[in-house]
Amino acid sequence: MLNEKLKNVFNEVLNIPLSNINDDLEYGVIGWDSIAHMALIAAIEEVFEIMIETDDVVDMSSFAKAKEIVKKYGVDLDA
Amino acid sequence: MLNNKVCFITGSSRGIGWSLAKLFAKNGGVVIINGREDEKLTANLDELNQISSKDHSKINADISKLKNIKETYRIIYSKYKRLDVLVNNAGILTDALIGMTTETLVDELIATNQKAVLFNIQYAIKIMQRQKRGSIINIASIIGRRGNVGQVAYGSTKSAVIGITYSSAKELAPQNIRVNAIAPGLIDTNMIKNLSKDKLNDLRNSILMDRLGKPEDVAKVALFFASDLSEYVTGQVLGVDG
Repeated sequence: MLNEKLKNVFNEVLNIPLSNINDDLEYGVIGWDSIAHMALIAAIEEVFEIMIETDDVVDMSSFAKAKEIVKKYGVDLDA
Repeated sequence: MLNNKVCFITGSSRGIGWSLAKLFAKNGGVVIINGREDEKLTANLDELNQISSKDHSKINADISKLKNIKETYRIIYSKYKRLDVLVNNAGILTDALIGMTTETLVDELIATNQKAVLFNIQYAIKIMQRQKRGSIINIASIIGRRGNVGQVAYGSTKSAVIGITYSSAKELAPQNIRVNAIAPGLIDTNMIKNLSKDKLNDLRNSILMDRLGKPEDVAKVALFFASDLSEYVTGQVLGVDG
């Protein structure tokens, strides 16, 4: 459920179709540039009510990595 | 004028910061003061509560340390769920001629006057971005614009504050977060007590209005930048130097 929520954030902020959002989606593809990345971080923080450390902001280089980082802040994506 | 805006002012136990805190409270702001002396902060908080019955608060922390900055914004978000105004006021002033400028002196000046400004902005915008609104006011200095003998290290950090203001204003404008700086001249606070008598006289003689600035002179301009009166103003450096 929350995994879908994270996908929806990527979909809305990056304007990438849901069908293309999987673990292989990486920073640098069309729509996911540095400006979009900051908007993505802000949206994830808002949706999951967390505050992401700068090191993790820099590390969030793929959808798979985003899941890992969000989990680190206590969000159970499988819930 | 501030209409319940939540305002965080770094280094606000005395001098310019404290003057700002009082003026913001008088004008309807909810003020969060910061400093490193809890007793002083407690007394100041009592005074703010007498000025207006808002949910003012204090954060006792050395804001030059990144871990304290992170914790500060966690506290602000959990208590208020918003932040409308950040004033980067905390700063230190140490003079030295180039030949007597030590690495320690430079590191200390950079940590408080420059690095902390950048990281306070980084964490403040995490909250402001959610509101799509905010005003950041950086306290620079006339020395950062004009320079001065014996203030190469200090002046460079204040020039950096102006640089931070210009670039962050551009980066944050799309999110409706404004960033402006105030460059005070010689303001009558404890901070200038470190200046030598000769230097103080030189600076004093260069003021056309023939008086030292008061902290309130700076506070009034900060109020303008904090309020919606300046809602279409960003990336500006305004001198308050008589």
